Amino acid sequence: MPTNNKKIYDKGMVVIGLALFVVLVTFPFWYNLGKAAPAPEVVLTERAKAAKECVRETAYMKAEHMQLLDVWRDTVVRDAKRTYVNPEGKAYMMSLSNTCLDCHENKADFCDKCHDYASVRPYCWDCHIDNPKETE
Amino acid sequence: MKSSRRRFLKLAGIAALGIGSRPVLDAAFAAGGGGAAPEAKVRRQPEALTAKQWAMVIDTRRFESAADMEPLIEACHAIHNVPHFENKRHEIKWIWETEYQHAFPGKENDYLPYEVKERQYLVLCNHCENPPCVRACPTKATFKNENGIVIMDFHRCIGCRFCMAACPFGARSFNFRDPRPFIAETNKKFPTRAKGVVEKCNFCAERLAEGKMPACVEASDGALVFGDLYDPQSEVRQVLTENYTIRRKQELGTSPAVYYIV
Repeated sequence: MPTNNKKIYDKGMVVIGLALFVVLVTFPFWYNLGKAAPAPEVVLTERAKAAKECVRETAYMKAEHMQLLDVWRDTVVRDAKRTYVNPEGKAYMMSLSNTCLDCHENKADFCDKCHDYASVRPYCWDCHIDNPKETE
Repeated sequence: MKSSRRRFLKLAGIAALGIGSRPVLDAAFAAGGGGAAPEAKVRRQPEALTAKQWAMVIDTRRFESAADMEPLIEACHAIHNVPHFENKRHEIKWIWETEYQHAFPGKENDYLPYEVKERQYLVLCNHCENPPCVRACPTKATFKNENGIVIMDFHRCIGCRFCMAACPFGARSFNFRDPRPFIAETNKKFPTRAKGVVEKCNFCAERLAEGKMPACVEASDGALVFGDLYDPQSEVRQVLTENYTIRRKQELGTSPAVYYIV
């Protein structure tokens, strides 16, 4: 029986190849090192600032606005109920274009910035008109 | 510890009592405490108009030519952002006019009065009481709402067009193309549709919710009457008892809610 020979054939090429592989695979990490985009700051319109409070408190809106809007659309379309009364007892019409974007008319700064940053692409705007006051 | 049958039964009895009392105590504490945070609620607008089954009566004698219907069609299509396509195969319509033989096939007797046969008829979704489109829809995107309106939930429509095949009135249109570039003037209060969904008349559900009559009824100057079919006091019922009316393809059993005085 031949002895167990642990020689690597073409050692030089293999090592170069391995090194090249590691460099290529990790390329996106070190190339983008330190270049992370800063988390976007939400820009409020004057009206939104003046109103101080959205339909719910800010923390809730930040975390749950998608669930809120989902409930809104089902309630409006399927249950024919269009008024939302928040825990403080204030009533709002449930409408993305006519209520949300009435205050937050800066969709590009308010919605899109964060959505782009988080790489989410809601298809709301395929149908819902993005800014009711655009041409007024 | 020596266990006996007596001891086991005693323990089991106490345990059963404990488990049984839990819901009672829970209820008692919940009712007494009242510390739960108030929840958000949803409700209907107080001014909303409701009905068991909305219905429409169209007095076709009031429409002598297509030009008389133009303002009604225009009113509807403008507020609902209905696009206008030159290509007939892409056409989207919520309310439109058609000839007698297409509105009422099977009712074309020989020697009909000239004005009945030659008149144009206003047609739209019939908001059937037994709607075949609703049964055909695989995603429940189209459904009969609590006011009897056959309505579309565009969010759920997958564009299979089964409803279009099922509808005997051709009341549904499919968005083969993105409709936005073909809307002359967009009503910013109402959404448009996207490519790949079916659309049709919604009996102005969004206007009824605000206490307004449908746009076509408002523009019709009394030629269209709208109301609750199941309310004996409603204007629709009055008109129905005073006039002989017909419905489109009644023999199919879909029970249309749009009636025609001819």
